[in-house]
Amino acid sequence: MFAIVGTIPERDFPLEVGKIALMNGSLFIGERKINVNRGTPALLAAAIQAGKVLGEQEPHGFLVGDVGLGDGSRQLYEYLTEHLGKTSFDTLVFHYLQPDIDWHNKVLSAINEIPEKPILIADAGSMYVAKMSGKSIEYDLFTPDAGELAFLADELAPHPFYTRGFVLHEDNRIPDLIAKAYAHKNAAQYLIVKGKTDYLANREGIQATIEQPSVEALEAIGGTGDTLTGIAAALIAAGRQVAEAVEMAAKVNRLAGFYANPNPGTSVREIIDCIPRALEEIIKITEETGNVSWLAGRDKDWTKYDNFGNCELASSDRGRI
Amino acid sequence: MSLFSSLRWKRPTLSSNQKLERGFLVFENTSEVIRAESLLKAQGWAIRVMGPPPEIRSGCDLVIEFPLIEVLKIQRTLDEAGIVPLQIVPVTSPLLQPVDLFQTKDYGEYLMVRAANMKLTVEKKTLIIANISGGGCPDVPFLAEEMVGKHLSEAPSPRDIGHTLCGYALQLAFEEVKRQCSLS
Repeated sequence: MFAIVGTIPERDFPLEVGKIALMNGSLFIGERKINVNRGTPALLAAAIQAGKVLGEQEPHGFLVGDVGLGDGSRQLYEYLTEHLGKTSFDTLVFHYLQPDIDWHNKVLSAINEIPEKPILIADAGSMYVAKMSGKSIEYDLFTPDAGELAFLADELAPHPFYTRGFVLHEDNRIPDLIAKAYAHKNAAQYLIVKGKTDYLANREGIQATIEQPSVEALEAIGGTGDTLTGIAAALIAAGRQVAEAVEMAAKVNRLAGFYANPNPGTSVREIIDCIPRALEEIIKITEETGNVSWLAGRDKDWTKYDNFGNCELASSDRGRI
Repeated sequence: MSLFSSLRWKRPTLSSNQKLERGFLVFENTSEVIRAESLLKAQGWAIRVMGPPPEIRSGCDLVIEFPLIEVLKIQRTLDEAGIVPLQIVPVTSPLLQPVDLFQTKDYGEYLMVRAANMKLTVEKKTLIIANISGGGCPDVPFLAEEMVGKHLSEAPSPRDIGHTLCGYALQLAFEEVKRQCSLS
């Protein structure tokens, strides 16, 4: 069973805890409806779409409204501090929360009360505060983009806004930045660095690179990093090892983006609709080849694939694998 | 086509002697920093938004660096506007310089500008904001909902409705897009 902790971009959205459902393109927690758009709703929808293919139950949500003032985040931190230690989730995803070092450390203490420590994933503000508090190593997975990796690698930076040497077009610096992040103990057990090439790394260095399919417009589309985190969380919750799950998730995310045939104005919702089709494809190829590393060798010519399918219709009558 | 057709680098930093003559204002939250910055800049003060020293960091923080000799006048200006700093501290160690680097990517029909960790994309023909990506603070999804689909001249400014460092970075991208589209 896995849980996702994050914020909803509405001022008056109260603290809600419970199972999340995806129906007719909207998320529901109890009776409360949530629009699917970038941020934690995109992560939730992606995790549910992937979970449908994997035969997994919907995730548990710990959600609250916060538009940046931090009031909702503090309310959620307090709730988690009181209740998380009594839960038995095997995977916990921390997402858009206002970074607050003191509250973060209290929540981490509560997690340490869970008898069997869950897999911990942090993205967005939760990844920022994990690094700020010097507790990165307690997490199993961070999902930075290149700029956020530079922030992890810079032992003095409190936020990506201040990162020294923020030269993002130099892709060849990524291996060096990964090494620095681990040297300063500012990385989780695994990193997936999102970008033109996705890098899967641990303290021993880069374990895999994923470059295909390459869809340039995805960089401009808000929420495509959230969907990667959601897919990875669903795969981990379904029992895959972290490294295998993350590598698969990166491929699924890229393929879903390819199938959606996006332009820079496309909504992330269109990509989320294509996740089941992409995940089925990646699972099929993985089963045929016996591993998930086939794409790293660029042995798949995605230009031969039709990316104009209607993902929404294709996924509506989908059986479990 | 070049991947990044426009780069702008940091302003020069102050010398150590200049730093001794500067102080910084600490506020409750980034929203107050942004309001104070707008007010003080509008009145012509030589101020800069910077990162705080480690001993006063609690999360996503900004401070305003200002000429220490002007402390009373600046304090009075802020008091009159109801923006009261939590602390006023002399600068004794280097403050972190915010990223001041823009990257522009031309997609043909769309233009994307990145400032720090935030990206804003506009459709060139209509000047409608097509997408907002990047960032990890909770006002980013809120800002995206408020701004995407609106014309550059009608979209709310992140300076007015944002609250965090990510919102501040998005403001920089917003201003740069407007500059490149000749709206500022």
